[in-house]
Amino acid sequence: PHALVFLEHNQGVLEPGSLSALTAAEQLGGQVSALIVGGASHVASAVEQAKKLKGVNTILHSASPAYEEPVAEDLSPLLKAILDSSVYTHVVSATSSTGKSLLPRVSAQLDAPTVSDVTSVEHDASTNATTFTRPIYAGNAIATVEAPSSILIKFFTVRGTAFSPALAQEGSEAKVGAVDPVHAATPLSEHLKTIVVKSDRPDLGIASRIVSGGRALKDAKTFADTLYPLADVLGAAVGASRAAVDAGYADNSLQVGQTGKVVAPQLYMALGISGAIQHLAGMKDSKLIVAINKDPDAPIFQVADVGLVADLYEAVPALIEQLKKD
Amino acid sequence: MRPSPSRLLNILVPIKRAVDYAVKIRVNPQQTGIDTNVKHSMNPFDEIAVEEAVRLRDRLKTEVKQIKTVSIGPPKSLDVLRQALAMGADSAIHVEVPESSPAPEPLAVAKALQAIIAREKEPVDMVILGKQAIDDDSGVTGQMLAGLLGWSQATFASKVEVDVSKGEVTVTREIDGGGEEIRCKLPVIITTDLRLNEPRYASLPNIMKAKKKPVEKLNAEALGVDFTPQLKTLKISEPPKRVGGGKVTSVQELVAKLKEAGITAV
Repeated sequence: PHALVFLEHNQGVLEPGSLSALTAAEQLGGQVSALIVGGASHVASAVEQAKKLKGVNTILHSASPAYEEPVAEDLSPLLKAILDSSVYTHVVSATSSTGKSLLPRVSAQLDAPTVSDVTSVEHDASTNATTFTRPIYAGNAIATVEAPSSILIKFFTVRGTAFSPALAQEGSEAKVGAVDPVHAATPLSEHLKTIVVKSDRPDLGIASRIVSGGRALKDAKTFADTLYPLADVLGAAVGASRAAVDAGYADNSLQVGQTGKVVAPQLYMALGISGAIQHLAGMKDSKLIVAINKDPDAPIFQVADVGLVADLYEAVPALIEQLKKD
Repeated sequence: MRPSPSRLLNILVPIKRAVDYAVKIRVNPQQTGIDTNVKHSMNPFDEIAVEEAVRLRDRLKTEVKQIKTVSIGPPKSLDVLRQALAMGADSAIHVEVPESSPAPEPLAVAKALQAIIAREKEPVDMVILGKQAIDDDSGVTGQMLAGLLGWSQATFASKVEVDVSKGEVTVTREIDGGGEEIRCKLPVIITTDLRLNEPRYASLPNIMKAKKKPVEKLNAEALGVDFTPQLKTLKISEPPKRVGGGKVTSVQELVAKLKEAGITAV
């Protein structure tokens, strides 16, 4: 096999999700090429980092002002041109917003599926089939699917938390080659601006600690007054259950659950959250789950590593005080 | 290039019937799938898509000519089509898949939608659909359709503004760690994210009216597409069980547990 990994970078710094995608590609057991696209200076620094990574045989890079803030419509002609003229058996990316936008667009043009958010890969070189596992129903079931040899190029995106990131290795030196940019005849979409969410708290999607509140928080003010001080002490992001969002206590963007964000932080603290199925689906892969709830029979306690049956309005301030003291 | 300033918008909204978000999923003992004898409803992200199409008409009035919804699935998919019609879609297409057949894969769905768009008398200007279905969680159909058609795509939309006279749409997208604003030429594929809107409940009079709206029946043969899966599903299994149930009796104990796990104040 020969995998092409779409290696993403943020202003020239390689994205951790892409490093996990590299590890998945390496597990296929063949050659690994990486594709880096962007503006010239960012590409140069990303290539320097990628060259030293273990398991990368070849780096292709393509620089153009049009690739500074590329949309999928800009990237897909390039990716398609590379695939048309080469021997790749797999195309791999992180399950990132860019990867999710780009791979299916191109795979459909090549009459191939994109297997998304895979948590394991295994390639059988003798049959040329690749077997993947991936969560379905928000992780409430795991599907094992095989892409048979009839699928000539197998596209997949990789769940970052399921593969350790590729590391630099002494003596690694990948071959590097430039690829000419490919521009669409008529541009379809253009990037206007990036909106960086201004918050002192970490982003919910990538936070290592999350403090989350449910319907028991009464109203938006109580939600903020109770949760924010605790989140600040822990350096945590704030999340909410669907019930709290529906009741207007918290913004939609904070919703953790099947239809909200699926998170897997080091610490997930559920406050006044009963633990509806659709909420559990969004957080049950968290490393340590702490629950505080007045109701000893709340389903959240069945998944919590540390449960405390208590009144929130007494427990949370005491918790903040105790944390500050230690 | 269409649409010319005089043209009016035709919107297509593909929707999927899926296991309801509040149902506890059970894998069957044969490990071939899940117990589907449970409550189903419209995929929540598709509900947002229907709502957005109806809101576009509320804003753009007569500039929106037609909202057509389509579902590809078993006979009961008619239920979600009726719901979309009750929410405000004008007409529907049901591409029926036999109950016993496996669910069509996203690429086959995209090809069926491409075929539907090709046979519409009025050119489709905009397809709005959910960013993913909450059953297979693939999240690829919209992008595949955009690739097949060579159209612009605006995935994970949280805000949509259409300028019909210019033939452009400005979309705010939810991306990793923030947002992005892009401008797309029509025709466009838009996939909806959670923050785009909150879907309405259909009123009783509208539910009654929806029963009279036209639903066209089609199937794979009529569209010239093949729903045979490309991928082989080897098995569906339960995720590793989480062992919870640990309890403490005081805040002090709780803090001690946090400390044990290396978690302290920052």
